[in-house]
Amino acid sequence: MTVTMAKALNDGLRAAMEDDPKVVVMGEDVGRLGGVFRVTDGLQKDFGEQRVLDTPLSESGIVGAAVGLALRGFRPVCEIQFDGFVFPAVDQISSQLAKLHYRSQGRLRMPVVVRIPFGGGIGAVEHHSESPESLFAHTPGLKVVACASPSDAHWMLRQAIAADDPVIFLEPKRRYWEKGEVDDDPPPLHNARVLRRGSTAVLACYGPMVRTCLDAAAAAEEDGHDLEVIDLRTLSPLDLDPVFDAVRRTGRLVVVAEAPSSVSVAAEVAARVQEQCFHSLESPVLRVTGFDTPYPPSRCEDDYLPDLDRVLDAVDRAVAW
Amino acid sequence: MSVPHDWIPANTPGATVGAPPREHVLAGLRGTDEGPDLVQLLTPEGERVACPAYDAHVADVDTAALRALYRDMVLVRRADREATALQRQGELGLWVPLLGQEAAQIGAGRALQPGDMAFPSYREHGVAWCRGVDPAALLGIFRGTDHGEWDPAATGFHLYTIVIGNQCLNATGYAMGQKFEGRVGGPDAQATMCFFGDGATSQGDVHEGFVWAAVYDAPVVFYCQNNQWAISEPNERQTRVPLYRRAQGYGFPGIRVDGNDVLACLAVSRWALEECRTGNGPVLVEAFTYRMDAHTTSDDPSRYRLADELELWKLKDPLERVRVHLVRGHGVGNDFFDELAAESDELAARLRAHCHAMPRPGPERIFSHVYAEPSPELDAQRDAYLAYCASFEGGVR
Ligand SMILES: Cc1ncc(C[n+]2csc(CCOP(=O)(O)OP(=O)(O)O)c2C)c(N)n1
Ligand SMILES: [Mg+2]
Repeated sequence: MTVTMAKALNDGLRAAMEDDPKVVVMGEDVGRLGGVFRVTDGLQKDFGEQRVLDTPLSESGIVGAAVGLALRGFRPVCEIQFDGFVFPAVDQISSQLAKLHYRSQGRLRMPVVVRIPFGGGIGAVEHHSESPESLFAHTPGLKVVACASPSDAHWMLRQAIAADDPVIFLEPKRRYWEKGEVDDDPPPLHNARVLRRGSTAVLACYGPMVRTCLDAAAAAEEDGHDLEVIDLRTLSPLDLDPVFDAVRRTGRLVVVAEAPSSVSVAAEVAARVQEQCFHSLESPVLRVTGFDTPYPPSRCEDDYLPDLDRVLDAVDRAVAW
Repeated sequence: MSVPHDWIPANTPGATVGAPPREHVLAGLRGTDEGPDLVQLLTPEGERVACPAYDAHVADVDTAALRALYRDMVLVRRADREATALQRQGELGLWVPLLGQEAAQIGAGRALQPGDMAFPSYREHGVAWCRGVDPAALLGIFRGTDHGEWDPAATGFHLYTIVIGNQCLNATGYAMGQKFEGRVGGPDAQATMCFFGDGATSQGDVHEGFVWAAVYDAPVVFYCQNNQWAISEPNERQTRVPLYRRAQGYGFPGIRVDGNDVLACLAVSRWALEECRTGNGPVLVEAFTYRMDAHTTSDDPSRYRLADELELWKLKDPLERVRVHLVRGHGVGNDFFDELAAESDELAARLRAHCHAMPRPGPERIFSHVYAEPSPELDAQRDAYLAYCASFEGGVR
């Protein structure tokens, strides 16, 4: 049976709440409304107001209170309504959530998940299309993952909730309505995944760009290019062994992400690949990303967001090097 | 330190007074209970009631002025309905309706003087109107062609702020600047007005704004439109006390005004701004009103509130009471209303035509104005991208 990513997440939350009575869901409009993307639809009705909290409108409050609940043995799953609204919570995330295990020399655990719908492509107004992953990947103590398919959405969320470290859980909002099967046998949370084998070049990507890269790889066949596509899935820690392996086979890598490229996850991938695979590289590692600008008005987003053409252009440049 | 208690109502009852009774919540009638301290000058039935504390502030409002207030409300409502229709037709990605909040916004907006400054959230189309920002200039935000087309300094109307609560600190800082420059207490005194919602009152930025404004005696009116809902969350998710009482804890006055009564909103706003101009700021005003439409065009309120509630608030419609009052109390005849209807139609047609004609920004827009000073690195990124676009047939991809 195929389900949308939103439904797969909803089922995942439900399963996690059934498995463990300490799992609580908290956020703005997550209860009665079921979340603005309906990811928490029906949960408050079935689990009650004490396990699905329509919180006051404050993100610092959501994460700060989740830290307190975690100290008490709860496993909070926080929803930040949109990527651009996580910033009021960044103090709590960076100063407490990320550091309490370290500061307490391991005495305290922070099994908190912060779910963030991220990325653009839905024609939204300001602050609703951002890609803040690098900020969190740059914060030691946090784990950061991004799902790209309904199956990963379902299982990665359950795995993140079961984990004893804080996880920033990024959901590609423009893919919420895409459908897919939910597998029976999920890979571990912090593994990258080869989605397609290829011999010409490698596309490394995550979140919303996975679909874009798969489409690009299919289109590239016509040009005689056989592209490998790797879904990174975990941004902190990174799992780059599959990427190193593929680069050693193909000699070319294009990293694709929506976020601005400077000081980004994509930049980190490029740096590590040149460290590990220097002699295998036939061309420089290229990045296809958003520009180093604020997210533009939505009528410009087709220009801002990496698309099939820009990915294939980079492949051509890598091949022609 | 002396405690200013003249603005604390005598016999202040317990903490949860003003919160609606449970049976009202269950019946979906929550929020209709305004409490005893509500300032009202014009009843929902259109009757002018005496209000000794505030009457003087609208003593100059004659028939012509009242007609002008009514005209403002009719036109902003019409612009709002037209924009909602444009969204439904796919011309706008989103619209944030102000339906039901016209009086709260026109009352406040018309109390502002040209030299004052306003900091809106994202629903303040009525305040924009009063600041001389044409409704057409709002459309770009929702069509996705820009983030706000007007000049904040020239209009005295800051850009819309979507991140809930951010503007309360910005407004406070701006008002501190007014004070530091000696624009408080003199003949050229200025003030700032900051607009936000009931949900916003939970944000740290709003509380910090209150603290800062109090500590620096900043000439800022915090104008909270309590429209009863923050998307799907009713007031009870944000507060146990009526919001205007929060001010007490920060050491400045808080007033609850009937937000559907344009005359009361004008009177209270004028009073509050005057307090600020004379150095008695800040002030919190809670305009008690109702969001009669969805949160935005993406929202479906039937999922979380009962239709009964809306029906109840329709009886308190902000426009209808002024219309009745104009007819019965001021003998205003049909001509005025007919002309106004024609003017509304013209405005709607103009908005529609403007919307259709709005150009899609070119890719260079992405890179412009990121920095005030030159950024060779970004210029190079822009040039590379424009060259890439030019490589396509016809120069566009
Ligand atoms: C920091 C932040 N968090 C969440 C949101 C999403 N959001 C947009 S409007 C809104 C509710 C605001 O309610 P209120 O302050 O009462 O204003 P209203 O929309 O009713 O005018 C929310 C949660 C946001 N814009 N900013
Ligand atoms: Mg509200």
